[in-house]
Amino acid sequence: MSIAVAFEKARAEGRAVLVGCMPAGFPTVDGSIAAMKAMVESGVDVIELEIPYSDPVMDGPVIQKASDIALANGVRVADTMKIVEAVAATGAPVVTMTYWNPIEQYGVDRFARDYAAAGGTGLITPDLIPDEAHDWLAASDAHGLDRTFLVSPSSTDARLAMTLAHCRGFVYATALMGVTGAREQTSTAAPTLVARIRAVNPDLPVGVGLGVRDGAQAAEVGSFADGVIVGSALIRCVLEAPDEASGLAALRSLSAELAAGVRAVKR
Amino acid sequence: MTDVLLPDATGHFGPFGGRFIPEALVAALDELDAAYRSAKADPVFVAEFEAMLRDYAGAPSSLYEARRLSAQAGARILLKREDLLHTGAHKVRNVLGQALLTKRMGKRRVIAETGAGQHGVAAATAAAYMDLECVVYMGELDTERQALNVARMRMLGATVIPVTNGSRTLKDALNEALRDWVASVDETHYLLGTAAGPHPFPELVRDFVGGIGREARAQSLERLGGLPDAVAACVGGGSNAIGIFHAFVPDEGVRLYGFEAGGDGVKTGRTAASITAGSKGVLHGARTYVLQDADGQTLESHSISAGLDYPAVGPEHAWLHDTGRAIYEPVDDSEAMAAFQVLCRTEGIIPAIESAHALAGALRIIPKLREELGREPVVVVNLSGRGDKDAHTAGQYFGIL
Repeated sequence: MSIAVAFEKARAEGRAVLVGCMPAGFPTVDGSIAAMKAMVESGVDVIELEIPYSDPVMDGPVIQKASDIALANGVRVADTMKIVEAVAATGAPVVTMTYWNPIEQYGVDRFARDYAAAGGTGLITPDLIPDEAHDWLAASDAHGLDRTFLVSPSSTDARLAMTLAHCRGFVYATALMGVTGAREQTSTAAPTLVARIRAVNPDLPVGVGLGVRDGAQAAEVGSFADGVIVGSALIRCVLEAPDEASGLAALRSLSAELAAGVRAVKR
Repeated sequence: MTDVLLPDATGHFGPFGGRFIPEALVAALDELDAAYRSAKADPVFVAEFEAMLRDYAGAPSSLYEARRLSAQAGARILLKREDLLHTGAHKVRNVLGQALLTKRMGKRRVIAETGAGQHGVAAATAAAYMDLECVVYMGELDTERQALNVARMRMLGATVIPVTNGSRTLKDALNEALRDWVASVDETHYLLGTAAGPHPFPELVRDFVGGIGREARAQSLERLGGLPDAVAACVGGGSNAIGIFHAFVPDEGVRLYGFEAGGDGVKTGRTAASITAGSKGVLHGARTYVLQDADGQTLESHSISAGLDYPAVGPEHAWLHDTGRAIYEPVDDSEAMAAFQVLCRTEGIIPAIESAHALAGALRIIPKLREELGREPVVVVNLSGRGDKDAHTAGQYFGIL
């Protein structure tokens, strides 16, 4: 399924899409596949697969720790393809979040080709702004992949318009001025930013990330965004579990709560 | 030919540099860029910076003719004495410039990353002098290895935050400082410690430390009646090297040598020589040479010199390397320590171990230069810092402590 179809389907149901994040190979390649399948079975609509990176400056301590574990257990960028294939087979679209250097070293066009062949839909690029994305714009066009760039409350109107013009699939609105990690309160800046995006491009779905950790917050964000992106709270289920089975159980329970949350408000 | 007007308007030195950063930082970098451009053109700012360098930091530093060392090496060696500046290194130039710019932007808080603590101490110094709040991120492992510098920063009124992520060293401190900045950018300036990172930092830091080269060039003309045959500097992130190189880049007859930290030797993998042993990639906001594996994961660097122990290099050095304008070679720990001892014994100067790499490299190239020129070469070496901070490391290395 493409990302566009997932957003259309949810829109028809009068709700936001639930996007759940998990690092590739955390804690192992097979373990991460099991985790993502459990998330899909419990109501996560779209899987955001994060490629572990040694220096994840946009991420908080939970994702960094999970990434460190995955890297210590030997995950490679090439493993992404196997994971994408396995997760895409569930029917849920897979979008991949990655820092730029691993893609550049793999080869931008080569990655786009292999990733598209594995069934991936697009990339979220937290440290690649359109200004530096020449190779990726070309490769994503050549291989039919979506491009999700980030916008921030501090983005000027001109940068917002420029960035949205380069997005395809959806745009990622960073709700807080800060890094990823579950917070007590989601940001008041988020609805304002979403409104600014819609004023420029009413058709492009808007995903809001950074800070959502429970069903109530998912409902709140789902009332104004097209996609609710949850990362650290889900990853913590696995990170803090004493064994794999209880980690998967916690993951299922939180996924179901979040899925109910996005359905609790009508749009 | 290398274009001395680089970087371009978007911060590129050929294929290097640029901005590989979260969108959340773009507005802050644009603000910094605009503030810097307006400050640079403002005679009041320029005069104030020059007065601070002169009255507070002790610039211009002398260009000292090292006669005993020269006689031993068979060359005319001139040392650019940045070790005599306040805080004991060239870094004071950068922190004073950025602190003054912070004030101009109306910000009250600075954050900094530090490895061994030298940049942290310099940042804390400038913050105290300019009445700014200062938070320094330092890898937990480094806070243990460099407890004295942690104490110095705290004496100067800074808050030191030990970083427990990743390898708990400089690159993790840098990651944490970037994270702080993303969340606090409205009131905070990130006082970056070297000529690396996203645009405009490589250009801005280069210009603030560029007095090293401008002074050395004028001092050479005055003393020698001409320019030196070669200029040598050590390269970690590369601020002291770009600081002394930049004024000499248009002088094609002046050979520029950057000496990277070879660590145990580039073949051992325990090295910090990013240009020699690394490959093109993206790290900490810029495209440059990076020590990395095939997947683009950053490798840990190794050097006896904490100030050179960094797995990447400023983008302008990557460009000077690719264009051939400057030559970069590794200097191993043992070679640097031998030069450290030579300078102590011939000139009564204890250099920073960083600067000992520059000296060791210069001593290595002198015989080749002499052969090529058919006379004793004239070499300017950037003595970027003093070695008091390294007394413990060097004392242990030589079995004195």
